Amino acid sequence: MQMPEPNPAILAKKAVLVERLQGVLPNDAVITEISETRAYECDALTAYKCPPLAVILPGSTQEVSDALAICHEMGVPVVPRGSGTSLAGGALPTADSVILGVARLADVLETDYDNRFIRVQTGRTNLSVTGAVEEHGFFYAPDPSSQLACAIAGNIAMNSGGAHCLKYGVTTNNLMGVTMVLMDGTVMELGGAHLEAEGYDLLGLICGSEGQLGVVTEATLRILRKPEGARPVLIGFNSNEVAGACVSDIIKAGVLPVAIEFMDRPCIRATEDFAKAGYPDCEALLIVEVEGSDAEIDEQLALIEGIARKHDPVELRQSRSAEESAKIWLGRKSAFGAMGNINDYMCLDGTIPVSQLPHVLRRIGEMSDQFGLDVANVFHAGDGNMHPLILFDANKPGDLELCEEFGAEILKLCVEVGGCLTGEHGVGIEKRDLMAHQYDPDDLAAQMDVKDVFDPKWLLNPAKVFPLDSSDPRRAA
Amino acid sequence: MTPKTEAELAEIISGTEGPLRIEGGGTRPLGRVSNGARLSTSGLTGIELYEPGAMTLVAKAGTPLAEIVAALEAEGQRLAFEPMDHRGLLGTDGTPTIGGVVAANVSGPRRIQAGACRDFLLGVRFVDGQGRVVKNGGRVMKNVTGYDLVKLMAGSYGTLGVLTEVALKVLPRPRSSGMLLSEGLRDDRAITALSHALGSPYEVTGAAHLQRGQDGAPVTMIRLEGFENSVAYRAGELQSLLAGFGRFTLETDPAVTEAAWHHVRDVGPFHGREGDVWRISVKPTDAPGIVADLAGTEALYDWGGGLIWLLAPDGSGVNAARLRAAVAARGGHAMLIRGDRSRATFAPLPAPVAALQEGLRQKFDPRQILNPGLMAQGETA
Repeated sequence: MQMPEPNPAILAKKAVLVERLQGVLPNDAVITEISETRAYECDALTAYKCPPLAVILPGSTQEVSDALAICHEMGVPVVPRGSGTSLAGGALPTADSVILGVARLADVLETDYDNRFIRVQTGRTNLSVTGAVEEHGFFYAPDPSSQLACAIAGNIAMNSGGAHCLKYGVTTNNLMGVTMVLMDGTVMELGGAHLEAEGYDLLGLICGSEGQLGVVTEATLRILRKPEGARPVLIGFNSNEVAGACVSDIIKAGVLPVAIEFMDRPCIRATEDFAKAGYPDCEALLIVEVEGSDAEIDEQLALIEGIARKHDPVELRQSRSAEESAKIWLGRKSAFGAMGNINDYMCLDGTIPVSQLPHVLRRIGEMSDQFGLDVANVFHAGDGNMHPLILFDANKPGDLELCEEFGAEILKLCVEVGGCLTGEHGVGIEKRDLMAHQYDPDDLAAQMDVKDVFDPKWLLNPAKVFPLDSSDPRRAA
Repeated sequence: MTPKTEAELAEIISGTEGPLRIEGGGTRPLGRVSNGARLSTSGLTGIELYEPGAMTLVAKAGTPLAEIVAALEAEGQRLAFEPMDHRGLLGTDGTPTIGGVVAANVSGPRRIQAGACRDFLLGVRFVDGQGRVVKNGGRVMKNVTGYDLVKLMAGSYGTLGVLTEVALKVLPRPRSSGMLLSEGLRDDRAITALSHALGSPYEVTGAAHLQRGQDGAPVTMIRLEGFENSVAYRAGELQSLLAGFGRFTLETDPAVTEAAWHHVRDVGPFHGREGDVWRISVKPTDAPGIVADLAGTEALYDWGGGLIWLLAPDGSGVNAARLRAAVAARGGHAMLIRGDRSRATFAPLPAPVAALQEGLRQKFDPRQILNPGLMAQGETA
């Protein structure tokens, strides 16, 4: 993965920069010791590391604005960072950049149950947003699997999803307003407690812009009343095709499950060895969850069961209790841990049209033989968001590169069948160089035009999202 | 000009020198009247792809909305954001197109629960003001590959580019629907009742209050959709929950329910009546206070109060300045939907937001030929 050479002129200005930042931030909010900046040298894509020039941890929107204005004036790149859980290298520093961490911005500013929103500072973790409202029976819907650790700032930057977005949507569908600071220090409000901001949908534009357009310090989020209950059904099939057809039939029948999860045989076996959830030994397994009152759940599950029976399932297990639900979810929730127990793995995130599931799974199987690397599939089938997990050995020379090559081929396949490179993890550096497979030069130019408007000097989160050769002239301008 | 292909459209835009007035079916003439040459997308028609099992539909921008609705109905599906038909309110005729719906980000009562048009928009193709053909997003439901220009295009009224194709997420039609009705509630009581309903676990898909219902009295409406048993169950639970607000009766005839919500969606109470019509987006609990400040007007509250449709008759003394001040005092914005189009239609923007908007416009339409004046800061001055 190529990153631009650090700019020696910026490295040479470090002392002045640090002094100026210390002038606007508390002393302990400016970190320059290499022993301490090392904690920020990578995110959850640990294959790539680079200590930043400095780390700042502002405690208010004003401090963010002051610090950004200084960096802007001195021409220093800034890498915004939530909790550092990005799987795509979205928070990877460059040696000549300042990391701006939002960890000290973690307060709840306002909760309003009549109008169903919460306003928080964006360093707050995803799960603790729900934590702040659940005693009133409410929750915040987007639930990325890193929700215990990941920050709302990162959720907004990456437009994070989760297992329940089939029904509730992703971050952009649940974000009502933000306070945002531009690279030059300008503070602005977009949206708020009302629906639909005036003018262009800039809120929609900045959500998923990977921290390249501005630093979001506060967010107004839609909260929802928790459903009365939820229960899953587990269905095993002897072929991926049949499981795929069953998913399509469930959707066509007019049931809208809150989640439809899919696991293939390698994944079922690995999680069975690890978690012993009692899954059937079959080719494909679906977990379909529905919500409502007990009677409503029974009615929906009966309908789903009727559809599934037409596809000759090898196993069909309806949950009747919280305990049985937990057992059904156990294997799915331990899938990543189970894979990690076997070997190092790389988790992909391509999305495909649901109708292409069987074809794509078959091709991934063929490629697995060709590359000599095992792959297990676990994903959100209702919306076609795949998470192939490629196993490799980080200690074996060349294995990581082989794995990356395999991963790139899978993502190209996703695009080829009408899908996209990333459904919820983001481009970051990981998929940066694959962007030209999905977008033509004019498509990328239009996106980079937006960057030009928000951050004309291209200082925010540099060298991500766009292939370097396509962004070179703009970054140099 | 009515190009038949995207390439032809791109050629027209590249080759033109004067301003262009972009139109779908011409049923939603909003904002400043442009003196540009008419450029219609109505020649770009056809459903390109429809996969009911994947809940995805892709259509060319000029495809009549009715054609899409019919195709979806045949498979038991629908556009869940329930786009409004502006013809009755604006007194226009013509054929609404899907591109027009997207360009104006048109949603209806279900927006409060399911989301707006922009939330269901998966991908777009458009030709920008430089004649550049751009695609963004795609046809899959989860996609974070690059910047989200899909959202930017929704509601940009053809000022950044001319849409040529849109991809939408569609949803199953529920098997049954019903609504709870209560007559005679005061505005503030009604909005409080709607807040209770929307804050319940009973999945309300419509929450409106009409100051003047069909028989003249105020009516408060709550819609439920789903399986028949489930609708009945949730209606019962809501009746208990709202017992303190008076009697809510249950209407179970789906045809009556559908007609009533079309009436709300299309702002039926204001059809054929004199006066300006404003569309005001606010925090729901602020809505009754704003309306009370604007005496002499009539209101239809949708989205549990979050959307106010306001009729300001000529004699009411409610002008743009007074109305915008009442809204701004509490947070939110107002758009003039029907009235003197030489006046400000769109809400004025704070300076830094306006600067970004103008910057984007410069990039996508440097010659300022696409609907010039519309949504511009000059327009809102």
